[in-house]
Amino acid sequence: MGQKESKREALLGVIKEEHAKSGHLSKGAMVEVSEALGVTLGDVYGVTTFYSFLSTWLLGRHVIRICKSIPCCMKDAERLIEWIGKELGIGPGETTADGRFTLTVTNCIGACDQAPAMLIDDEMYGPLTPERIAEILKSFD
Amino acid sequence: MPEKRILLKNCGEIDPGQITSYEKKGGFKALGKVREMSPEEVIEEVKASGLRGRGGAGFPCGVKWELARKAPGKEKVLICNADEGEVGTFKDRYILQNDPFSLVEGIAIAAYALGVKKVYVYLRAEYHYLFKTLRNAFTQAKGYLNGLKVEIREGAGSYICGEESALMNSMEGKRGEARYRPPFPAERGLFEKPTVINNVETLVNLVPIVLKGSKWYSGMGTEKSKGTKIFSVSGDVARPGIYEMELGCTLKELVVDLAGAKGIKMVQVGGSTGGIVPYSMLNTPLSYETVLGSGAVVVFDESRDVIDFVYRTMEFLNEESCGLCTPCREGTEVMMEILGRLVKGDGVEDDLGALEELSDAMMASSMCGLGQTAAVPVLDTLKYFRNDYETRISQSVFLRSLQPVEVS
Repeated sequence: MGQKESKREALLGVIKEEHAKSGHLSKGAMVEVSEALGVTLGDVYGVTTFYSFLSTWLLGRHVIRICKSIPCCMKDAERLIEWIGKELGIGPGETTADGRFTLTVTNCIGACDQAPAMLIDDEMYGPLTPERIAEILKSFD
Repeated sequence: MPEKRILLKNCGEIDPGQITSYEKKGGFKALGKVREMSPEEVIEEVKASGLRGRGGAGFPCGVKWELARKAPGKEKVLICNADEGEVGTFKDRYILQNDPFSLVEGIAIAAYALGVKKVYVYLRAEYHYLFKTLRNAFTQAKGYLNGLKVEIREGAGSYICGEESALMNSMEGKRGEARYRPPFPAERGLFEKPTVINNVETLVNLVPIVLKGSKWYSGMGTEKSKGTKIFSVSGDVARPGIYEMELGCTLKELVVDLAGAKGIKMVQVGGSTGGIVPYSMLNTPLSYETVLGSGAVVVFDESRDVIDFVYRTMEFLNEESCGLCTPCREGTEVMMEILGRLVKGDGVEDDLGALEELSDAMMASSMCGLGQTAAVPVLDTLKYFRNDYETRISQSVFLRSLQPVEVS
């Protein structure tokens, strides 16, 4: 494998690392990644914006991803999304003023037997009720 | 027909963190047996078993292996596809959580047959919580792997990356966009090398095939669908979860007898682009010849709105389309727009014809499976529930006629 190829291969991994460190991929970080790997800025931006776990704007300390796909939707995921939004005072795609949570809706997370389900950061939770979510949210700083 | 737990026999019986508990259940005996055979013999055995890909597409596993083995290029690549993103599918998660060692053994068998030195596992980002269990399983099994290198690569949130050509692009650090075929991965795949991509469940099947032989294995199932299949059942059922059944069992046996569904309107089998089975056809056998896909089974009871379901499904496909080819990118968009209109009561009579016309174009000209099959739930519901569509439209037209006309 050529050096150029191996650098290109590393792109997604490098972006993910930077993302984990600073909660998003800023314009400055994209320029740095592009220069370090010798790939165009367009490629860095293109890869970053392709994947739903990567963001170009600053995410909260914890990211809530509530599943909205059919099996979860059938178990009232929409009401839950509304409820959690009210509880946190934000809508999907927004971050709380204290930077604690970002709320997003996501497609199937493979927890349909525990619907409605969500991910907070890397952990999966389900089946959810408003009471259970309230308990879970308390455990995050 | 009761459950037949062959692939899942260790789940709940072993400690997924302790290889000794897997060894006590006869673990790694298949790998030992395989190493006494030649790679060609292993491929022949897998071909004879009739095993087909369990990720959804159903390509014969042994044929895929043979193509890659015969392809020019010294170095071959094996990728385990653990990017289980198909809506309603959670079988691979269940295997990884409860019996990662069976997957490790299956991978080692495939690697031996293909003569590869390095294996990749592409794990979806949503399953990051399983990363440690999987890595631990490989670490503990090191003594069995004969120097085989294993790298777990993680995705970053993308349904289409479960599609093999998009998966390879993602692994090469690119956007997860589909590739034109040919060349097929078996000829030129990851970094232009001959590549075999097998689903988690497909690889787990190798263990019993090697241990008990292809003759035993092909004795189960139907003519073109051999062995057992792991089904992920969800939706309107009393007991959602994982069920392993012999292929050819009926949908009724699975969703009514085992999962306890009542008042069924329809069932979608195979994920978001899977076929629709109405209640009247619940005796349909589950097989590659009929409906199967990834084995996702979502049950809808009589209270569910067909058009709302199809709209949400199209919204999903539209969001997850990689956007590279026009028929899929624009087709899912327009379909979503039409279906959204129907849901909101703004439908017009021409909408159904437009959906059908668009379906034909998307199926004929999309680059990969997503666009080629995106119209399946639309066409199937138009076939079995056309009355629902027509009633919705005629009611909408009538209701609109009652609204006062604005006079300026």
